[in-house]
Amino acid sequence: MKLVAAAAVLAVLIALPFGLSEYYVSLATRMIILALFAMSLDLLLGYAGLASLGHAAFFGVSAYATALLVLRAEWNPWLSLVAGVALAALTGAVYGLLALRARGTYFLMITLALAQVLWGIAFGWRTMTGGDDGLPNVPRPDVVADTVRFYYFTVLIVGLGALVLFRIVRSPFGYALRGIRESETRMLALGYDAWLYKYLAFVLASAFAGLAGSLYAYYNKFVGIDYLHVVRSAEALLMVILGGAGTLVGPALGAALIVILENVISAYTQRWLLVLGAIYVVVTLLAPRGLVGLVLEKWPRSK
Amino acid sequence: MAALEVSRLAKRYGGVDAVVDVSLTLGQGERRVLIGPNGAGKTTLFHCIAGAQIATSGSVKLFGADITRLPPYARARAGLARTFQITNLFANLSVTENVLLAVAAAQDIGPAMLRPMRAYRSLYDRAAQLLADWGLAERASRTVRHLSYGEQRQLELALATAGSPKLLLLDEPTAGLSAAETARVVSMIHALPRDITLLMIEHDMDVAFELADRITVLHQGRIVAEGDREAIKADAQVAEIYLGVE
Repeated sequence: MKLVAAAAVLAVLIALPFGLSEYYVSLATRMIILALFAMSLDLLLGYAGLASLGHAAFFGVSAYATALLVLRAEWNPWLSLVAGVALAALTGAVYGLLALRARGTYFLMITLALAQVLWGIAFGWRTMTGGDDGLPNVPRPDVVADTVRFYYFTVLIVGLGALVLFRIVRSPFGYALRGIRESETRMLALGYDAWLYKYLAFVLASAFAGLAGSLYAYYNKFVGIDYLHVVRSAEALLMVILGGAGTLVGPALGAALIVILENVISAYTQRWLLVLGAIYVVVTLLAPRGLVGLVLEKWPRSK
Repeated sequence: MAALEVSRLAKRYGGVDAVVDVSLTLGQGERRVLIGPNGAGKTTLFHCIAGAQIATSGSVKLFGADITRLPPYARARAGLARTFQITNLFANLSVTENVLLAVAAAQDIGPAMLRPMRAYRSLYDRAAQLLADWGLAERASRTVRHLSYGEQRQLELALATAGSPKLLLLDEPTAGLSAAETARVVSMIHALPRDITLLMIEHDMDVAFELADRITVLHQGRIVAEGDREAIKADAQVAEIYLGVE
């Protein structure tokens, strides 16, 4: 059943460029990249129970690193992508040490503050980052330069990333994260070094967010300070919550929905943030477990 | 060698002495019950042994190894298991998943990331065995928060015994249970392997007298009496402070 669904999704994704104009293929690419970003955050929020409001830090660090290496150091674009992801993981390894000293709302505030530090650097260091002008003209790798090829490349990379994430949450490690979300004291009493598990999850989530960020840099052919901004972190949180935290599928759906909504609504109004806020309120009131939660309530799995 | 040796343990919170100079030795396989009125320091002493809190002074030894300053998870790996006074389970996971986490911890497979949990058949077998032992087999696929309170207390015990601990700490295992449920839990504790050393806090005197080899009475952070049930029943000081008899 699950295999059938996965095959169907894959078939649709492969067939998509044949039925759609380039504009929509490009929009679909964005959905897919942001789906990976949302899924990476779900590992923290939905599984480990860690609400981070600074996940854009890793998305942005990787995007900036990739763009800078390609533009300024003239590195190979593939190597730049890998380096970006590695730097995101490294940033996660350092930030995790600081943020995981706190929990709950304090964890949220620290992750927010740490992300804003990077935002401040990107904003202030004009000679390196271009400040609020950002870094334009980031060239894609040659083989995936055109829209459709880049789309398939994204499907492949995000598909592999999602596959790894699905494996992680089904592993004993993933079960341990759920246990920590439910009761950290009980996990400690059972002999789990809860901090280590949370730390590993934090670094992993950073790496996957970084992968999404570097893809996004190539997708947009541009990197700007909004990549690191708190709104991007909040948007990712909303994608996770809207779709259903702790399901991976939900946040991917949530990402697609938010991208569609943003695209439709921005044709009528500039007040996207207001709409985003309204969506958040409606979802928490009507579907606290997200869209996937809503579906599971309506059609519960057999026992 | 003593299973548990607490020497001269004290715990201060600010200006309050919760536990003052407590020494306690449990032989292997011994079943000891801690009693005492509210605020006597039972739970604090428990926390210092389990690692939820670190003693201000004194030491805790588990089979000769000093665990006074170890974090709780390291104590668990050294063979100490516990239940909680307020039910502490993984409420949104299934009964099987709850037990699986306990079993996986004991098997020490580490943070395995890419192999699915399902591939560890032996863990599922062990979990099913435990659930059968604790009379929860029919509830295996239920979400824990949908279990009755009594069943949750039983599951607490199942989790605590999953790793075949050497020392088991039970914090009021029968608190809030009906008479029938209490009888069931007591008989289950009775049926635990005799080589598990047991230290439990219990408010129900009947339960305490039934399960204990020896009883330790705590009052205002100090041990005021220790002995078998006859000695404790006959102790005038215990009767005065604990049972309120003049």
